[in-house]
Amino acid sequence: MSLWQSIPFACILLPLAAAALTAALPTRRARYVAGFVLLVQTVLSALLVARMASGNESYVYMMGHYPAPWGNEIRVGLLESVIGLFFSLVMTLSVLGGLFVLEQELLSDRHSLMSALLLLLSSALQAQVYTNDLFTAYVFVEIMTISAVGLIAAHDTGRGQVAAMRYMIMNLIGSALFLLSIILLYDLTGHLLMSPIHDSVGSLRGSGAYRLPLTVVVALMCGGLAIKSALWPFHTWVPDAYGTSTPAASAILSSLVSEGYVFLMVKLIWRMLGPETIVSTHVNDVILVFGIIGMISGSVGAIRQVNIKRLIAWSSVAQIGYMYMGIGLGTAAGLEAACFHILSHAAAKALLFLSANSLHAVSGSYRMEYIRGSGRRAPLAAAAFIVGALSLVGIPFTAGFASKWFFAQAGLAYGSLRMILVFAALVISTALNVVYFMGAIIRIFSPADDGLSRPDKRVGPLRYVALAGLAGLTVLLGCIPGQIMAWITEGLSRFG
Amino acid sequence: MSRLTERLHRMLHADDRLDREMAAEWEEAPAGKPASLPPEEVNPDTPAEQPDWWISVPFRQGRGLRRLLVVLSVLLCVGIITVLVITAQYLPHFGQAGNPANNEVSRRYIENGMEETGAVNIVAGMILDYRAFDTLGESNVLFTAVCAVMLLLRVSADKRRSAAYQLELETDDRMYEPKNDLILRSIARLLIPCILLLGMYIILNGHLSPGGGFSGGAVMGAGLILMLNAYGFRRMERFFTIRLFRAVTVCALSFYALSKAYSFFTGANHLPSVITPGTPGMIFSAGLIPYLNISVGLVVCCTIYSLYTLFRKGDL
Repeated sequence: MSLWQSIPFACILLPLAAAALTAALPTRRARYVAGFVLLVQTVLSALLVARMASGNESYVYMMGHYPAPWGNEIRVGLLESVIGLFFSLVMTLSVLGGLFVLEQELLSDRHSLMSALLLLLSSALQAQVYTNDLFTAYVFVEIMTISAVGLIAAHDTGRGQVAAMRYMIMNLIGSALFLLSIILLYDLTGHLLMSPIHDSVGSLRGSGAYRLPLTVVVALMCGGLAIKSALWPFHTWVPDAYGTSTPAASAILSSLVSEGYVFLMVKLIWRMLGPETIVSTHVNDVILVFGIIGMISGSVGAIRQVNIKRLIAWSSVAQIGYMYMGIGLGTAAGLEAACFHILSHAAAKALLFLSANSLHAVSGSYRMEYIRGSGRRAPLAAAAFIVGALSLVGIPFTAGFASKWFFAQAGLAYGSLRMILVFAALVISTALNVVYFMGAIIRIFSPADDGLSRPDKRVGPLRYVALAGLAGLTVLLGCIPGQIMAWITEGLSRFG
Repeated sequence: MSRLTERLHRMLHADDRLDREMAAEWEEAPAGKPASLPPEEVNPDTPAEQPDWWISVPFRQGRGLRRLLVVLSVLLCVGIITVLVITAQYLPHFGQAGNPANNEVSRRYIENGMEETGAVNIVAGMILDYRAFDTLGESNVLFTAVCAVMLLLRVSADKRRSAAYQLELETDDRMYEPKNDLILRSIARLLIPCILLLGMYIILNGHLSPGGGFSGGAVMGAGLILMLNAYGFRRMERFFTIRLFRAVTVCALSFYALSKAYSFFTGANHLPSVITPGTPGMIFSAGLIPYLNISVGLVVCCTIYSLYTLFRKGDL
């Protein structure tokens, strides 16, 4: 086994080992260690993608001295490496833009703990992406849940604490359902490893045995992950959780944590349960309908907001709806579009949250009447906001356009009702997106002559580096969607 | 005593005032706003921020709707329970030889476990050797929880130094802690050494008999909490400070992560490893397992104790 094949192992273990150290270091050093580790992780992931894209076969990596059904293993393929690179890249940029401007937002002796939680979260995300074992997935889901609660609660406001509590309750319910489904599935198949489960679920489906338990397993698994990633009607914790936490935390929670669960779901459906199982139990129809309702109701919720951060949070509900619509189609094209949307949303949402925080720095509040005119006070941040907004609206040469295009193509494969549903949802949701994002942009650029006094804080250069990186990522995804999509398609086809 | 009753009273009646207070507090979190700004004026022309209707329904509406929501959620729970109970009837019957769970995986654990891992306790061999990656994650779940609780509950340095806070702590101590309680101290003096010894025994024999780092650490942590209650914070602080806590957690977790990283790396690359199972049954056997048990035990012990003190007074 060559050395580069150990990269995923390093991406998981490095932040995990650094986290304990970071928690004990003083503030400034903790931040440097966290930033450095994340940077190393990103560079390593990029090397891995380069290796995998040049035609290397996917492989399994034993975590220990025992082969897979007995020991633990991780699986590395093209799709996993691309998603892993994106997660660590967006994480690094968000931390760069968010963690280094925390002074005014957070009590000083909490910074090193915050850095430790970010490292743990990053390690759990990578483990989530590469795992080939159901129980390993559950363990790292737990780490993600608890560290996310910590990140939300770090902001010491009354509302932040209530938001963290609400987030924790909803997420623990999701974890419990997911764990129950793992237990039931183990009882039916006797395995925790994904590939043997795939075979034995296939034979169960063929023989028709254990039909009811299998349906319950699929429903619980999808339901648990849907609650954790805020699919409509389980989205009630989103606006508060994303709206009250620190800029780095909201960027990471909305663009990585929810997406981590969605990717886990794609993986479980494609590699473990098999798309046929989802279709034959009709769980995918429920997901499709919930996804479409989420797309619309998230946008309607966003229109009513007068607080720009909560507006972005509500738009997350809509974007998660898009991904679930792709999963709900139950076809390879739908899952591919969902995977692409994971990438495009991750870049655009982190960009929006960080730029909204920069606009807040020159306005003093997230409320729209204070934000008014901030485009003239911080033009670069406003430009970044526009790029993110255009991407979510779906303007050509941004990532959002490409993902909407892929969703439409996936819908075209169906005749009749589903195609009409998907197209109607895309059109209505795009129109609603235009309404609230254009409203926000117009307010950002209209003159502020209302007599409100606003602070004149400067935004640090690191923030601009992060904003430029995320904006570049969004445009890059929009300009070469074909290449990325080819990787996703190839990775997904080698998945099974 | 009056403070306690007042707190209880406030807690019991919090529900009635919750909507008003929350509405006031939630309107805009003040933290993001510098103090120089004038307070926001309520302008009747511009509508106030609409709370999201899903969230605000239970607080905004009257008693009837709230009761309806409670009934609905109870019905939902009963429905889920019914579905799960019915599902359980359709599962393979418990304890049958032909069940799917009785396959080559558990067979190898049972038949070759002692020989391959060196641990007489098969469970220890499974969680700390065969599936060590999961357990590494599991112990980090614990660490994540401690970080989150410290983030939430640890009082800031400025507040800790302030005289008012010290006074509050003093009153709390006098109200909740039995000072110089003779019975408690005498019993604790007898029990604490036994509890700590039992905890150490459970940890050190984790690979030989039922037990291990998690359970033994919990026992030792309970002993420390008893000691704290009998002798008070002053005496505990002489040896258990935040520095000690940090040193122990960092050393134990780093040792765990690094030694396991070595083991994973050599395993995956099929390199020879210096770790051998040894003679099963000996105290120094089973490769890394006893050392991992010790480090997990230390982390769990410190964690349980520090969670108690964090909830109790916001610091170690």
